[in-house]
Amino acid sequence: MFEQLSDRLNSTFERLRGRPRVSEGDLDEALRDVRVALLEADVNLKVVRQLIATVRERALGERVLESITGAQQVVKIVHDAIVEMLGGTATPLARAERPPTVVVLAGLQGSGKTTTAAKLANMLRKQGRKPLLIAADVYRPAAIDQLVTLGKQLGVPVRAVDPSRVASDVATIAASAPLEGRDTVIVDTAGRLHIDESMMSEIAEVVAAVKPHEVLLVVDAMAGQDAVDSASAFHARLPLTGLVLAKADGDARGGASLSVRAVTGVPLKLIGTGEKLDALEVFHPDRLAQRILGMGDILTLVERAQEHVDQKTAEEQARKFLEAQFTLDDFYSQLQQVKKMGPLGDLLKMIPGMGAMAKQLPEGPEAERQMRQIEAIISSMTRGERADPTVINGSRRKRIAAGSGTTVSDVNQLLKQFAEMRKLMKQFGSMAKSGRLPRMPGMPRL
Amino acid sequence: MPASAAGVTIESALAKTRGGFLGRLFGRGDEKVTGDWLDSLEEGLLRADLSVSLVDPLMAQLRDLFATGELKTVPKALAAVRETLVAALAGDVRLRGDGKTPRVILVVGVNGSGKTTTAAKLAKRLKDSGERPLLVAADTFRAAAIQQLERWAERVDVPIVSGKPDGDPAAVVFDAVSAATARGNTTVIADTAGRLHTKGQLMEELGKIVRVTARAREGAPDEVLLVLDGTAGQNAIQQARQFTATAAVTGLVVTKLDGTAKGGAVFAIVQELKLPVKLLGVGEKAEDLVPMDPTAFVNGLLPASG
Repeated sequence: MFEQLSDRLNSTFERLRGRPRVSEGDLDEALRDVRVALLEADVNLKVVRQLIATVRERALGERVLESITGAQQVVKIVHDAIVEMLGGTATPLARAERPPTVVVLAGLQGSGKTTTAAKLANMLRKQGRKPLLIAADVYRPAAIDQLVTLGKQLGVPVRAVDPSRVASDVATIAASAPLEGRDTVIVDTAGRLHIDESMMSEIAEVVAAVKPHEVLLVVDAMAGQDAVDSASAFHARLPLTGLVLAKADGDARGGASLSVRAVTGVPLKLIGTGEKLDALEVFHPDRLAQRILGMGDILTLVERAQEHVDQKTAEEQARKFLEAQFTLDDFYSQLQQVKKMGPLGDLLKMIPGMGAMAKQLPEGPEAERQMRQIEAIISSMTRGERADPTVINGSRRKRIAAGSGTTVSDVNQLLKQFAEMRKLMKQFGSMAKSGRLPRMPGMPRL
Repeated sequence: MPASAAGVTIESALAKTRGGFLGRLFGRGDEKVTGDWLDSLEEGLLRADLSVSLVDPLMAQLRDLFATGELKTVPKALAAVRETLVAALAGDVRLRGDGKTPRVILVVGVNGSGKTTTAAKLAKRLKDSGERPLLVAADTFRAAAIQQLERWAERVDVPIVSGKPDGDPAAVVFDAVSAATARGNTTVIADTAGRLHTKGQLMEELGKIVRVTARAREGAPDEVLLVLDGTAGQNAIQQARQFTATAAVTGLVVTKLDGTAKGGAVFAIVQELKLPVKLLGVGEKAEDLVPMDPTAFVNGLLPASG
């Protein structure tokens, strides 16, 4: 997600950086490109205009035209404007002082409410909470069956409401949840059009009856300009407390997210990033802005690493990494851990400057095949060879190739890549020592 | 479910949007074009999700004509825009088929675009026109997707062949085509699982469904309908590119046009991929699937008068 927006903005900024000074014409040309990039990313037109006006005003106010670092300043101004629009830092989900905490999900048809309900239950369950799902979509055929099936997969109980008394049933089931030992209630409602008066009344009644702590609007990441109008209409009828961006794992540029937040003022809280039930993440506006501008998202990467990687091994490897003492053994064990963290391409995109590299990576089965090949080659090496690959001469290469069922050129390629990687690490290491890299949480101070 | 009026038409469904933004563009018939008016028109087109790559040249042309004094009144300007847009959507809306039975239609698209509902509505449409359709629930991935289509099949009174949860969707379609031959069904409509066009493996699975369908009956599938959510923005273009590359899409269905979204992203798709928009989803009822009518569709964007 967001790559194309980030590509477009980056090429605009590249051109700008190429200039010795930024003239007013350069600035306006860059802003025209920014406008097109944002519109192609489905950012709402009103929001685009406002953002362009803000950036222009600030750029002129900060005298970027006279500055030798004008281009850098423009990038920073655009970055800040996008962060502001996305709403600064992450907003946590509300939690009731006395259980149950009640969360109601609302949205258009097909936006992803039912899947989000199950994912949210899973996320809370992992945090030690005891969620209960209420299936209140009595209109879409088999919507209740869908939630029941998902609940079964998660081991989370699901209760359905009686179609003739949706609002009061939701309230009754929610109120009695603590008696069953459930501390959080997630209500999945029917998809509805914002202009459908009777359906909007129905959900308003549900909300009035159950008095939720969170009313989350689920927005499709692929939505277009209309997202702002529909979200505004939901906001006018319901006390929305947050937004969930669903289906953000495609290549949609997600401009709707920028826009809905900007127009309604309702914070984006969660983001759906895959088909699996654990693919729901807390939304970090500041990090997203960095990703949009191709600045990487080191924080999310570190967090994901913390979640999946043994802390001690990680610190040890990070140290070795930066001191370029990283061996093929470390590389092998890292491969195993990286596999747990998610697709390699996704991870690379989070590293500043690696977005372009991520695009060259093969996807799906091909990536897995290559991964297996690398594993086979490394495991065909002796311990000594893994610790110091420089001893691997021609005959050793032949042996390794035969042992791993690959060719000598496959082995050569891996060794070449590894050598390049070490060179890169050395540069990283010296950058870190000279203080050009910020200290990252979870990483040892260098 | 609140009922939409019986006999909903594209105009009445799309007209809901008219009172909004673009409605304000159309005052009196003799109104003069101004710079502000052109800005409003541009805004209206962009907000209808028309691609900036189409809107920019169109507006440049109109602004040139305005500057040279060739474009003076609002009705004339609107007529020019309408003509361009209607011409862009011209295409054959008839469902394909070369006479071999059963005719096979695959319904494909991203998650939540409205495939299952479209499959059911299409079955009803064909049944009402005298065909003997067979529905196939081949979305074996999403929880309860099979039940959803089964309920619909009951509602529209069309027979259905269902896969098993987590079963092989290609095999389900293959078997259904044989079943249709045996039962004398004239058209098979298969609902497939929603998949994001960026997921290599899932797209590969779709490719396999298409290939296996061809083995079930020579020349099948006759029609691969890509269902696009009318509220989708520019990403719809990427979806269409990827689905066309993998599954040889033959036509488009634009759904959810009963809201305030106008489905303008489809113009870029039609232009780039030369795919006809065949059907429009304009409501929640079984009969709310209508053949594409370019004039009516464009009138949803631009009011008829003027």
